[in-house]
Amino acid sequence: MRNTRDTQSLFELSRPGRRAARLPACDVPEREITDLLPADAVRQAPPELPELSEPQIIRHFVNLSTQNMSVDTHFYPLGSCTMKYNPKRNERAAAMPGFAELHPYQDESTLQGMLAILYEMQEMLQEISGLPACSLQPAAGAQGEFTALLVAAAYFQDLGETRTKILVPDNAHGTNPASAVMAGFEAVTVQTSAAGYVDMEDLAAKLDEQVAVLMITNPSTLGLFEPNMQQIAEQVHAVGGLVYLDGANMNAILGITQPGAFGVDMQHYNPHKTFSGPHGGGGPGAGPICVTEKLAPYLPAPIIVKELRVAKELRVASCESRERKESRVTSCESREQATAAHNPQLATRNSKLPYFRLDTNRPKSIGRVRAFFGNVGVLLRAYVYIRTHGPAGLRRVAENAVLNANYLLSRVQHILPVPQGNRCMHEFVASASELKRQQNISAMDLAKRLLDYGYHAPTVYFPLTVPEAMMIEPTESEGKETLDAFAETLFRITEESAELLHEAPHTTPVSRPDEVRAARQPVLVWNG
Amino acid sequence: MNPEELQYAKTHEWVAVAETDGEKIATLGISAFAVEALTDLVYIDLPEVGKQVTAGEPFCEVESVKAVSDIYAPVDGEVVAVNEALPDALETLGSDPYGAGWIAKLKISSEAGLGELMDHAAYEKQCSEEAH
Repeated sequence: MRNTRDTQSLFELSRPGRRAARLPACDVPEREITDLLPADAVRQAPPELPELSEPQIIRHFVNLSTQNMSVDTHFYPLGSCTMKYNPKRNERAAAMPGFAELHPYQDESTLQGMLAILYEMQEMLQEISGLPACSLQPAAGAQGEFTALLVAAAYFQDLGETRTKILVPDNAHGTNPASAVMAGFEAVTVQTSAAGYVDMEDLAAKLDEQVAVLMITNPSTLGLFEPNMQQIAEQVHAVGGLVYLDGANMNAILGITQPGAFGVDMQHYNPHKTFSGPHGGGGPGAGPICVTEKLAPYLPAPIIVKELRVAKELRVASCESRERKESRVTSCESREQATAAHNPQLATRNSKLPYFRLDTNRPKSIGRVRAFFGNVGVLLRAYVYIRTHGPAGLRRVAENAVLNANYLLSRVQHILPVPQGNRCMHEFVASASELKRQQNISAMDLAKRLLDYGYHAPTVYFPLTVPEAMMIEPTESEGKETLDAFAETLFRITEESAELLHEAPHTTPVSRPDEVRAARQPVLVWNG
Repeated sequence: MNPEELQYAKTHEWVAVAETDGEKIATLGISAFAVEALTDLVYIDLPEVGKQVTAGEPFCEVESVKAVSDIYAPVDGEVVAVNEALPDALETLGSDPYGAGWIAKLKISSEAGLGELMDHAAYEKQCSEEAH
């Protein structure tokens, strides 16, 4: 049974004087707060924080957490988000103390394991994209877009060119035009045709020497591979522009084609999508970018580089720095012998060993876009995912993601037609237009009712080019039974009465929040 | 205003042109079809009076729970009045899109854009195609 007593707000559960922890008496000399802070920074009354016992707090949050839908508990076909299963081995690896307890301010020589992994991650992302340079710094896909556009701006500035425009097709993620504007450009929309592809006439009309970059999502948000991709890239290059790939949909093409091979100059990855790093609550995202050789000098610094150093130098250097850090005297010689005993490779004097260095001497770099080396926790999980699949495994991921999406498309198109045809890549965009006209059932009604049946809803009303859009992405993680059951549930919902659906969901603690009031008159503080 | 007597842009604005004191003034709003497609509206960003606008360029925007959408100027000109009451009564756009839901009045400096506009029948046809 759902426990609704303990999921009331913490303020409602609060009772004066109740505590989860009691602090011991102060054992250092006390000073008046007014001696330490300026008068205007000292509050007049204590903050009205909720007062609860520890079991109450635990019960509150654990009960709330059971109301979440997650990939671990439910089928989650949220289009564009690639909600694939997050293998638990990723988590185990990331939690290993050798990774989890590192501090980015440690001396470089003591971070060699992590730096080696990040270096290999750069290399693997370069290989997957077919682009020769990589920065792991951006903290999310949208920041990856923004960073790449700053790289483009620096490149054109270096060439002495002033270009003002970024072209973005009308079915792109909203972050594309937003990144363009944030990076100081003007975003210009390119129309797509009824078939869902870039309108080549409109592109030709808008392409000129003011265009810095064309941002394209391929496969697109409609789940279609752009058939004119090569031609589009050639036309952009012909006016001196660059092609940017929004890599949100890389899951469809892993190991099958490389963006570098179809004319892309720069791209970002969403490791939390494509490489199973968790979304949201499991930690922050990451948005590494890969670029062509000519753009490499402008990438954010530092970049992790690999050098070969003579074994002895390496040992002594790392030993000295360890001693400095730990401020204790250890015989370097004895450590060296101990290490050599464990690692025969090290035993050979004067042999060269890899050393991973943070290269900050990059005069043309746009600078840092993120503290330290990016969100390494997510990158580490993505690294484990890529390494455990291997090249052939990654290709099978893409093949199965595409197979699953096509299977599901074929199962639902009789009730939810797909305006762009009966084939797709890793996702498809169906339309509830007919249902709305004939039975007064909207995409929103279907989405809300799915929650009652224990499914997370697909993405709805995006892209805007498809009316009553439902964007469905099953991912490769699901078996045929799940896809069949989901298709049957959708069909069953369309047989239900419109009145029942307009009131859905019926089984969640809150049914339909008033989105208009929430946007126009938001109440952001607890008023008791 | 009678929607059948208005002119319409491809981007769903309606326009009524009237002549006052020798100056041509275009009153502009968005069609009932557009309001319906935008779903629940939460915000409108009215242009400033005096702003110069160019035919085919966005000059203000309206936000719904679904998305932010541009409103395009149908002609070149200058904003001479805006519907100040609208931001606090967005429901007017739904209840009376061709009357109390007007958005702005433009003093027309070039009529070139007017030739691009459709009559009511042609606009209805476009809407029925878009709805499919």
